Amino acid sequence: MNSALAIDRLQFAFTVTFHYIFPQLTMGLALLIFVLKTMALRTGSAHYNNCARFWIKVFAINFVIGVVTGIPMEFQFGTNWSQFARLAGGVIGQPLALEGVYSFFLESTFLGLLVYGEKRMSARLHWFSSLALWIGSWLSGYFIIVTDAWMQHPVGYRVAANGMIELTSLRDVLLNHWALWQYAHNMIGAVVTGSFVMAALGAFYLLAGKHAEYARTFAGVGVIAGVIAMVLLIMPAGDRQGRMVTAYQPATLAAMEGLFQTAQGAPIVLIGQPDTDKMQLDNPIIVPNVLSFLTYRRWTAEVKGLRDFPKDDWPDNIPLLYFAYHIMVGLGTVLLAVMAVSAFLLWRGKLYASRPMLWLLLLMTPFPYIATTAGWLTAELGRQPWIIYGVMRTAAGMSARVSSGNGIFTLIGFMGLYMVLGILFLFLVWREIEHGPEEAGA
Amino acid sequence: MATLWFWLVAIMISGYVVLDGFDLGAGIVHLLIARSDAEKRAVLASIGPVWDGNEVWLLAGGGTLYFAFPALYASSFSGFYLPLMIVLWLLIVRGISVEFRSHVVSPVWTPIWDAGFTGASLLLAIFYGAALGNVVRGVPLDASGAFFLPLWSDFNPASSGGILDWYTTLTGLAAFAALTMHGALWVRLKSPAPLAARAAAVVRAAWWLVVTLTLGITAASFGLQPHLYARFSEAPWGWLFPVIAVAGLLGVFLCKEPQTEFLAFLSSCAYLIGMLTSAAFGVYPMLLPASGDPKLSLTIANAAAAEQGLGIGLSWWIPGMILAGAYAVFTYRRFSGKLTLE
Repeated sequence: MNSALAIDRLQFAFTVTFHYIFPQLTMGLALLIFVLKTMALRTGSAHYNNCARFWIKVFAINFVIGVVTGIPMEFQFGTNWSQFARLAGGVIGQPLALEGVYSFFLESTFLGLLVYGEKRMSARLHWFSSLALWIGSWLSGYFIIVTDAWMQHPVGYRVAANGMIELTSLRDVLLNHWALWQYAHNMIGAVVTGSFVMAALGAFYLLAGKHAEYARTFAGVGVIAGVIAMVLLIMPAGDRQGRMVTAYQPATLAAMEGLFQTAQGAPIVLIGQPDTDKMQLDNPIIVPNVLSFLTYRRWTAEVKGLRDFPKDDWPDNIPLLYFAYHIMVGLGTVLLAVMAVSAFLLWRGKLYASRPMLWLLLLMTPFPYIATTAGWLTAELGRQPWIIYGVMRTAAGMSARVSSGNGIFTLIGFMGLYMVLGILFLFLVWREIEHGPEEAGA
Repeated sequence: MATLWFWLVAIMISGYVVLDGFDLGAGIVHLLIARSDAEKRAVLASIGPVWDGNEVWLLAGGGTLYFAFPALYASSFSGFYLPLMIVLWLLIVRGISVEFRSHVVSPVWTPIWDAGFTGASLLLAIFYGAALGNVVRGVPLDASGAFFLPLWSDFNPASSGGILDWYTTLTGLAAFAALTMHGALWVRLKSPAPLAARAAAVVRAAWWLVVTLTLGITAASFGLQPHLYARFSEAPWGWLFPVIAVAGLLGVFLCKEPQTEFLAFLSSCAYLIGMLTSAAFGVYPMLLPASGDPKLSLTIANAAAAEQGLGIGLSWWIPGMILAGAYAVFTYRRFSGKLTLE
């Protein structure tokens, strides 16, 4: 692999992975803050308003880092992927510009009102600001998913004689059915992260014996939202996305599942290590026929294995793709189980007193983040070796004139700067947690 | 259609420079004029609710440039690789400086973010000016429409060897002076007595610097790029743009009284818009001139996206920007009037 290409890919992967730590929480929290503000408006109680005000503070810290690490994403298409930008910009520039025009102006306006304006506006208008912020942040997510979905499954375009990729229908691009299911899966995933974080903080306060009244609300709202989101995340969203991969990216499916040999009644692999040289899976633990059923709804359906695809069209990092996918699915199962048991205990009125369960909820905090990151790794590694699936290879998209020396310089720069951002983030969020919701209410 | 989008992109860039320009300028003068912690908080409060929305103009403008002129976006962003990355880093430092300063009250915490705010704002102003200088001077485009420039080489614009040469350094300093004046005018408008008086003093000093550097870059631009003059003589209505800039400068000079401080700020907006549109008018129909063979230049004809896509873009861009304008009016109205020191 040409080293400048490897560095361009690593830089994009690093900056986008770090970036997405923040929007997933803000998008999830935006919905939960709206829920809290709605409860405050309906009950007229100061308690829910204090809860909302605390989470708006956490939201705002996340939002700042999401914004400043998001700007480099739009610009890196031009800096490091200029041949891709030149040929495809007429199409994918549109959803990116739509995001700026329709979502960022909305978000920045109403976040300002939500953070600074509560004392100067009616309760109803403040509630409306939380609705607008939710819509704005979810719209932003939509345009980004549309952009990615077009790279996964391009629609609404034609290739001109000079090689330029031209937009023929924005409607097709916006309503790309790949985008709709990917959006559902992604946004519900964001709600899962938000729910786990809220529930975990509730558990933390209960275990620490602080802010008990708020802690119960956080844990309760987090667990209820979390169990609903976990179910929807898997069924229908995750299932439908898997079936789209089956239909449009069959080589990717085979690589994700570690399926080398075409099989009727293909098994699902629970554990095993893919060996791409010998084209086999080492130490497999499998359940027969399940993959066929999940993908085609027939126990004996034929699923094509990697051996039947030209090696040129194989995703270029099969082991990482395979493990990312298995980590996502494995963690998803664990997270569902934790939320289901928590919801059961909540229903029986025992959650707030059950210390082992509260400990478990608290310790789960990193795992929704790891699962969403693994999910995105699956999607993007699965798209390889294409930058636009079936249309343009990743290697053809890089900036030809940017040397690897310049690339490494900026990659190291981003790593250093983002490390500082990460430390600052943890420090500032920890301070808010220490101050607690009472102080946020004052 | 491509001409229309040329001017729409020019409007978005002008909108960005005028709006984010004043909060960058506020950053430049922050350490210079705010002495007590209360004054520093007042400068930050004067941009607090609006700076993020102002920066959205950069993202929306970048996105618009991307889909309307993908070849320009691709060529310039990869060719100006290093300065662009440095701009991104500076935007990160500046954003967290503005937002995180107030989280901890400590004599070791706040100076870090005050320095980050001023330092990043100052460097951003210079980089933006130098970028505009590069667009006027031209870059060594190859037949595929690509180029790559290091940050500097021999500082000679004739050889096009680097992003910074004496000409682009001059345009960078001019932008620095202009945004210093612009930001000081904004702080004067928003803040109470001692701070406003110090801001007014900065405006007066910066004004002379702006006039000098404006004359300098105008002479240098016409000297280096004779096609600019040709363009103004074949379409004399274009002189309107430099006239707007000059009128803006005069307006800043004349509006010295506290009653006219809003008019002075608007004059500074007119100056910035006049300068940017003059540059856009002079370069048109080129987008990025090639410094070697002029036939390799990126123009609105060879860099624009296909007609159909540009037409589709127009149908959502216009209502979207009207909406964005409405949010801006709403925000600035709620936030009008002077702040008090607390």
